[in-house]
Amino acid sequence: MVSIPFPVVRPLKPVGIWGWLTTIDHKKIGVLYGTTAFILFLTGGVEALLIRLQLAIPNNTLIAPEVYNQLFTMHGTTMIFLAIMPLGAAFFNFVIPLQIGARDVAFPRLNAFSFWTFLAGAIILKMSWVLGGAPNAGWFGYAPITGKIFNLGHGIDFWIVGLQVLGVASLAAAFNFIVTIVNMRAPGLTLMRMPIFTWMTLITSILLVLAFPVITVALIELMFDRTFGTVFFVTSGGGDPLLWQHLFWVFGHPEVYILILPAMGIISEIIPTFSRKPIFGYNVVVLSGVIIGFLGWMVWSHHMFTVGLGPIANSIFAITTMLIAIPTGVKIFNWIATLWKGSIDLKSPMLYSIGFIVLFVIGGLSGTMHSSAASDAQQQDTYFIVAHIHYVLFGGSLFAIFAGIHYWFPKVTGRLMNELSGRISFLLLFVGMNITFFPMHFLGLDGMPRRTYTYSSEMGWDLWNLVATLGVFFIIAAVLLFLHNVTRSWRKGEKADSDPWDGRTLEWSIPSPVPEYNFVEIPIVKSRDDFWEKKRSGDTAEIELNLREPTGDIHLPQPSYWPAFASLGMLIGGFGLVYLLDSMLGLLAAVVGGMIIMISIYAWSFEPVNDPDVSGHH
Amino acid sequence: MGCTPDHPQSTFNVAGPVAESQLTLFYWILAAAVFVFVIVTAILFWAVFRYRRKVSDKDPEQIHGNTKLEIAWTILPAIILVFVAIPTVITIFDNANSPCTYEEGCLEVTVEAAQWFWNFTYKDPSNPDLEVMTSNEMRIPVDEVVNIRLTSRDVLHSFWIPNIAGKLDIVPNHVNTMWIQSNIEGEFYAQCAEFCGIAHALMSFRVYADSRDEFNEWMKLQATEASIPAEPLALEGKKLFEGEKQCYACHKVMGTKARSNVGPDLTHVASRTQLAAGILDNTQDNLRKWLEDPESIKPGNKMARQATVYTDETKKLNDPEISALVAYLQTLK
Repeated sequence: MVSIPFPVVRPLKPVGIWGWLTTIDHKKIGVLYGTTAFILFLTGGVEALLIRLQLAIPNNTLIAPEVYNQLFTMHGTTMIFLAIMPLGAAFFNFVIPLQIGARDVAFPRLNAFSFWTFLAGAIILKMSWVLGGAPNAGWFGYAPITGKIFNLGHGIDFWIVGLQVLGVASLAAAFNFIVTIVNMRAPGLTLMRMPIFTWMTLITSILLVLAFPVITVALIELMFDRTFGTVFFVTSGGGDPLLWQHLFWVFGHPEVYILILPAMGIISEIIPTFSRKPIFGYNVVVLSGVIIGFLGWMVWSHHMFTVGLGPIANSIFAITTMLIAIPTGVKIFNWIATLWKGSIDLKSPMLYSIGFIVLFVIGGLSGTMHSSAASDAQQQDTYFIVAHIHYVLFGGSLFAIFAGIHYWFPKVTGRLMNELSGRISFLLLFVGMNITFFPMHFLGLDGMPRRTYTYSSEMGWDLWNLVATLGVFFIIAAVLLFLHNVTRSWRKGEKADSDPWDGRTLEWSIPSPVPEYNFVEIPIVKSRDDFWEKKRSGDTAEIELNLREPTGDIHLPQPSYWPAFASLGMLIGGFGLVYLLDSMLGLLAAVVGGMIIMISIYAWSFEPVNDPDVSGHH
Repeated sequence: MGCTPDHPQSTFNVAGPVAESQLTLFYWILAAAVFVFVIVTAILFWAVFRYRRKVSDKDPEQIHGNTKLEIAWTILPAIILVFVAIPTVITIFDNANSPCTYEEGCLEVTVEAAQWFWNFTYKDPSNPDLEVMTSNEMRIPVDEVVNIRLTSRDVLHSFWIPNIAGKLDIVPNHVNTMWIQSNIEGEFYAQCAEFCGIAHALMSFRVYADSRDEFNEWMKLQATEASIPAEPLALEGKKLFEGEKQCYACHKVMGTKARSNVGPDLTHVASRTQLAAGILDNTQDNLRKWLEDPESIKPGNKMARQATVYTDETKKLNDPEISALVAYLQTLK
């Protein structure tokens, strides 16, 4: 045992709030991510509701333009960075170690640090609303309007620092999951026997590692422009706004695959399970994911078709963008082939998955329309794009997340969600989503630009804007009902056994809820869908063992204060960076925050391990 | 349903070759997309219906895949995409290369976009002696290629006349070029299509395609200096404009001491159909309302936020002053 020159003892079986603050258990961290992200999703929904209320009628005066610009900025930033990504992380956290037969991730304390740092980033971003104004230049923050000349207040600074802090959280998590998946699979679980969700998590994590540094650099350059007078994007100093756009979209396009691949992974688990058939074309589905991850680096300028790159660049990016439609389509065909000749159970997870396919196909097809740079000149920056975005992210990522929540809820809580309520929510969400977003295709082709706080009646956009706003109320009803379902079922839902869905993957071979140690004995994997194969062939000794109490001690990672403390340093330091030049307090906060991070990392590296018999049976 | 060509900014109401080529391409891809959507969802729904679980079901056959099928459904979309890619690339190049450049004798208009209005400077080989710079209303000769040069004074903007052509962004420190052409005489709505700040939603302009003769007349008019008004109220307005109300600090009226480029040029403002960058019909009433309280009409606009008559309570415009200014501005035909 290593001793450190700190008098701080490692926590010993903490309970209550301290239990949550010091946990390094991937399952608890998954729950933390999921609940926090869902609450933030609701705030993003409120931002959207206000936007739609303002746009419901022409020349509306509900929301002033300054506020409106903050609303659409925060709506996009919240949904992408504070809702969909961390909801994905919630699933990675809870499910991956279980699917690969491990007791936790490779770096449990780093895992906790990822969550608390995500929370710090969320606080920094959201607090901007009440600290002088939220960022107001779009979630994509195009220069030069993000520069000090055009944007004096601190909104943009909150955006920069918030995203940097979130980036640290994402990178830490990505490294963790790559190492976990590569190194900690159960014996016999070769890469080509891994569940598709595990594969998609691996690819997503690699994309995160490669993409985030790009936006980190862009944000540092913007921050230096705003704080230290550099001229990366300041036009009077020779700066080029297109530099920002290239940097942003080299990050931004892989980012959208980061948003959709985990969703595709979830669907790829649910469809086979509820069809009682293996995924059709496993190798091809995996390969498609890899190809999408790779090609995703070669399409970024399709976001810039109208900035004047010239016909050669536009043609090349149009073609690469069309190319990426192929592996995407192939996945869809494989899901449908999985259903074909299956035994299909239309429970809520399956309903959401089928909804995902329909809605994602629509979003993918409008994406193909955008890929044609020539006709995209009419579609870019209009509501046609807003329609596309929401079909792939709402109809796609979000529907998959709802599906995944229904699917893994019993494993997390030991109870089932209410099926009737689930089906009604699904119907309301599907209908509402289409009422809100389908008309936006018409509005875009009818000439309505994005990011406009109002419009005049002579444009002819009144009807579809009103319809789009009405759809929001179906969505609200669906989400409220879903929330009721989750909260009620968590406390009083019908008890679930270890395998309520007749599942195929390892997480269904252990009790619901999952004991702290996950597996009594790490399984020895003999094939893909190992659990299913063992169930059907009667090879159940290992399964029965994992459903009983362990007979000996199981060594587990131990809780720690330092991850959360380090994140506190990120939070304080982050605020310090926002106010750096304003006053000594800003500088002080930055320095103090930095010191807290340093101290935490040092203590973390050297903290002692409690003796096994002192810390209890684990 | 979605195609309402009678709406002023509809991309379905094509007036010229660029917009037409873009709409044709759109229809082509739409046809392919609808085809794919119908087939995929039909098969999906059929599968869900036909293979829904019955209580008596045993495990279905555990089919793992089919290589021939994988090849087929990889190649088929690829073929469809080839039929999308080829017309796409052709159209991209057609629309990028002007059929008649300024050097080849065709009109060139340099657009300067500024928060939140538009300046248009004309170089017309058919009218080589005329120097024309106007704001917020663009007139072009019908059936002729018009070359557009896009410049920005401040942030990103985008130049979009949906009936005539898809948009091109306006990037500070860049000069983007495009060509447009209208084959129909008439009025066309246009709007900034790249987020540019508080009043982005209210940064529009109008385009008018006239016969060549009418266009030449308009050019001659725009090139002339403002006439001195005869009527006393208008003269009073001119005095205020060039004097204590400081309108000259931001607005140009050719032939007078008002020479600033900060705001839109007003030399021939009375000849325009719209005010305040395409958002208000140019009537006496609206002009009055604009001068009374520009912030309420176009929140965030720089006149309301920077002109002393709006920022300094002691220098506010009173009603008679507004009447005089309105009278003056209405003489600026």
